[in-house]
Order: sequence, then C-alpha cells, then structure tokens
Amino acid sequence: MTLSGTYVLRRVLIALPSLLGISVVLFTVLALAPGDPFGDIVSNPNIPAEVAANLRIKFGMDDPVMVRYFRWLFAMLQGDWGFSFASRINVDTLILQRLPTTLLVVGSSQILALLIALPVGVYAATRPYSLFDQIANTLTFVGFSLPTFFTGLLLILVFSIQLDWLPFVYRADITSTGWHFYWDHFKQTIMPVTVLALFQAASWTRYVRSAALDVVKLDYVTTARSKGLKERVVVMKHVVRNAMIPVVTLVALQVPAIFGGAIVTEQIFRVPGIGSLLISAILANDTPVIMAVTFVFSCLVIFFNLLADILYAWLDPRIALS
Amino acid sequence: MATTLSPNTSDAVIEAARPKPISLSQDIWRRFKRHRLALLGTVILFIIVVGVIIGPWIWTVPINEIDFAARLKPPSWRHPFGTDDLGQDLLARMLYGGRISMAVGLAAMFIAIVVGTVIGAIAGMSRGIVDTALMWVTDLFLSLPQLPLLLLIIYLFRDSLKKVVGPEVGVFVLVVVVIGGFRWMPVARLVRAQFLSLREKEFVEAARALGASRTRQVVRHIMPNALGPVIVAGTIDVAAAIIAESTLSFLGLGFPPDIPTWGRMLFDAKDYLDIAPYWALFPGMLIFLTVLSINYIGDGLRDALDPRRVMG
Repeated sequence: MTLSGTYVLRRVLIALPSLLGISVVLFTVLALAPGDPFGDIVSNPNIPAEVAANLRIKFGMDDPVMVRYFRWLFAMLQGDWGFSFASRINVDTLILQRLPTTLLVVGSSQILALLIALPVGVYAATRPYSLFDQIANTLTFVGFSLPTFFTGLLLILVFSIQLDWLPFVYRADITSTGWHFYWDHFKQTIMPVTVLALFQAASWTRYVRSAALDVVKLDYVTTARSKGLKERVVVMKHVVRNAMIPVVTLVALQVPAIFGGAIVTEQIFRVPGIGSLLISAILANDTPVIMAVTFVFSCLVIFFNLLADILYAWLDPRIALS
Repeated sequence: MATTLSPNTSDAVIEAARPKPISLSQDIWRRFKRHRLALLGTVILFIIVVGVIIGPWIWTVPINEIDFAARLKPPSWRHPFGTDDLGQDLLARMLYGGRISMAVGLAAMFIAIVVGTVIGAIAGMSRGIVDTALMWVTDLFLSLPQLPLLLLIIYLFRDSLKKVVGPEVGVFVLVVVVIGGFRWMPVARLVRAQFLSLREKEFVEAARALGASRTRQVVRHIMPNALGPVIVAGTIDVAAAIIAESTLSFLGLGFPPDIPTWGRMLFDAKDYLDIAPYWALFPGMLIFLTVLSINYIGDGLRDALDPRRVMG
C-alpha cells in the first residue's frame, strides 16, 4: 500500500514540462497580442517620446521574443510578479491575500460533491435501472445542464430574496465575534459551495455509477459474495476501491472546469478570491494581475493533476510498477 | 404432400416470416426513438430552434426600443416575457439572443470537431514521434485553465479585432475560435483511440492488401466507422459551447452590451433579482432547457450509434 518515492518523483518530473508548456502558451498569447499590454507607462501620451524610448530599452521591450520569454519566466519563478496598476501593491501580495478564500470555497465544494456523488453513484450502480437509479440519472442530467451562473441566481432568489435565510454577498470583514463569527462565515459560504458542489456532483455521480457498474459484474465481486462476505464489505472494499480508479482520471480532467466554475461563483456571490480578482483586473485593464492569476490557475490545475496521478497509483499499485 | 410444401409456397412463407430489411439510418432512428427523453429533447430543441429562427419575423417588436413608461414590467399580453430596466421587450431580445447562442454553439462545435478529428486522425495513423508529440500537446491543452485563458485572450485581442471587422463580427469570431480552440482535445483523443483499433481490423487490412492508398483507407474505411463517437461528442460540444458563451457574457466579457445574448441578459438581470425575477428566470430557463435537450439528444445518439451498448 505504500507509495514509492521514485514514482512520486517521476510524476513531479513529468509535471514540470507541462508547466513550462503552459508558460509558453501564456507568453505566446501575450506576445501575439497587439500593442504593449504591459506598456501602460510607455504608451501614456503625457510621457515624452525620448523618455518612452528609454523606458522601452530599460524594460527590454524590443528584445527578441525568446529573450523576453526567459526574462518573464525567471521573474515569475523568483516570485517577482510585478506591480498591480489598479491596486498599487505587488501582485504576489494581492494574490496571496485572495488565494486562501478560493481554495477554501473550491476545496469544501469538492468534498461536498464527493460526499454526494460517491454514495449516490455506488447505490445506483448496485441497483441498475431501479427507480432510485432513474431518479438519480435524471437529476444528474439536470445538474450538469444547469450552468453555475443560473444555479447561483436561483439560490439567491430562493434563499436570500424569498426566504431571507442566507446573505448573498460574501463579506471578508465580518464584525461579529466568538462563535457568531464562525456561524456568519459558515452561512455566507453555504451558497457558493453548494453551487459548485451540485455541478460537480452531477457529473461525478455519472462517472461513479458507470465505473461501479463495470466493476460489480466482474468475477472477483461474485467471488467475494460467494465467500459469504457482507454486502457492505463487498461494496466498500471490493467495488468502490476499484471503481474509483477510472473516476480519478475523469475527475482530474475536470479540474480546469472546476476552477472555471469557481470564477463564475466568486463573481456571483462577490467572494473575494482570485477568480473575482481576475474579473476585476480585466475590467480595470490590469495586465500584470491578469497574467499572474492565469498563471496561478495553471499551477493549481497542474498541481491537482499531479495529486490525481499520485492518488491513482495509490488506488492501483500496478500503475506505479509499470 | 401434407408435410412438404411446394417450393413456391415455402419461399412465400419464409419471405413473410423474415422481417423487412431496414437501412442503417432506420436502425439508428429505431434505437434513438427508444430513448424517450432523447426524443423529448429533440422536440424541445426543435421548437427552440424554429422559434429563434422564424420568431423575430412573427414577433416584430424591435430589440432596442426603449420605453421608460414600461420599464421592469412583469409578463403581460403586450410583453409576454416582461421588460427590462430600459423597457425593452424581453421576448424579442431572447429570440435574438437565441440566434447568437445557437450560432456560437454550432460554429464552435464545428471548429472543435474539425481540429480534433484532423489531429486525432494524424496521431492515430502515424506511429512514434508524431503521435507522441500530438498527444502531449493534447494533454497540455487539456490541463490549461480554460476559462481564465479564454478571458485573457478576449481581453488582449478584443479591441484590435473590433477595429478590423466591427464589434459584432469581431466578438463572434473571437468567441467561436477561442471556445472551439479549447474543446477539440476530447475529440482528438476519441478519434485517435478509434483509429488505433480500426486500422488493425481485417477490413482495413483487406483494403490495404487491395492496394488502397493511405488516404483512401482513412476516408473510405476508417473514418466512417470512427464517426459515431465523434457525432456524440459534437452534440455535447454544442451544449458546452452555448454554456461557455453564456458564461463569458454573464461575466460581462462576451458580446457588447447592445447585443442581447442569453448570458448577457442574465448579467443585466442579476442586479434586479428582487424586483424583476422573471428577467433572469426566462433566459436562464431557456439556456437550461436548450442544454438539457442537447445533452439528452447526445445520450440518445450514444445509445443509437453504438449497437453494443444496447442489445436488440
């Protein structure tokens, strides 16, 4: 059951070229863009031409693309992410302020989604074409056909406007103290987390169901049953673990979509995370922040894919050996 | 004579007992029909599509007629879906927005399918370094954070494209290319997997033995057999592209404000949820119904095009 260090190291080494590849894509997009997205100062008409030309030379804006790419890459790697035009503080400080909120919302929504998808999917697979399975199947279709922005608005409409139970604006500066503080925090997190969780749970339930359905027909499950094992043990130890293997792969493919959903959700509920930071930076033409946030999202995607790879090897030791 | 029938009658009996021969497309339709929700989805989608195509000719209220006397009015006979904060008719705007959503969905799907099929086919037919490189690029694209990149590209290129081809066409081209450009990867993987197994099949080998060129093998023998999953993926891509376009518009970064797409209407409506909930509900429901119908159609097609999944 232990995971070999060499396997983990190998996966990390495979993840690095992807990160480099993503940085190339990001920089290419930036380099192809017309004008000087970073040249806020240089294109400012109030600055005399010769000063602007000197600035261009100083920042190396006319250097060959390769030189500019490596300069940008090394700056990113050293944590020198530039200065936000709009907020007048360093980009890395800005992102570090916002990142924990995003990770909290995304993380708890994924756990909630898993808590829904796993039992529902496995239960539906053990009773295929039953009433429960059909209802679950219909609900999953509804779930992933409902875009996150519409679910968010519906929840606000019902729980904030009609029932007035939950606040629809996420506030970072809650004034209450003691356990009231945690309660208020919990209340304002419910809706964003639910929106994200429902969307994910819908597609995961489908994956879990079809993966579990493939596994329950296999001979070793019949063997486990005929040994006289309890149904619970058969399902938990024999079906679920093996059904999880393909599910992990599919979930890893969904990671970019999860962060996409997080951007929308943060925007609806005004959660102060990096997703809403990205949108406000775009509206304010704040290029350094936009680039940095996109880069952070890429790193997060790569990181979670790496995590999925490692989880995959833990679930299926054959992977690490081959 | 009592036990043996004459040759003529026996032929007739066998002929009557044998089911009528059915063509491939009839067979697919027969299996598709059995998926009742897919059939319902087809009907609903058909109504929506016909509605947005011919609707603006029947409901001739202009989409940008500002009438402050009728602002934020709930649904009535004059305005069946109500009006927005400028008194503009929501039904007319939704019909117009539907055209854009459908066009974006179809065009982006087309790009995704073409790019994905070409890359998947090249990877599947060539062994070694080309295959490895193409699949590496595919995996790289799969791990790109799509929405942030979509927003970044639109942010960087929007203004210059607008100058070249005008605001509407510029944004349309940009949105379609970018959404399509981020959705070809699953298709490429599907096509490659199909090609890898099909090119070793006996009928392809037979074609090869008969001297069929590589192109002929691909076009006449492999591609038609690999098409099923591609059609299914394409159907679902339409839904995904509609959602992607609505998401961009909902974030206020899609089409310009004077073009009422469904997502844009939700974006405008979200600040009036307490006094005009219908403003958000109608376009939202329409996006939901369209996407749900397309997803069910995709599910039905999956069953219909793959006889191994459903017996009989």
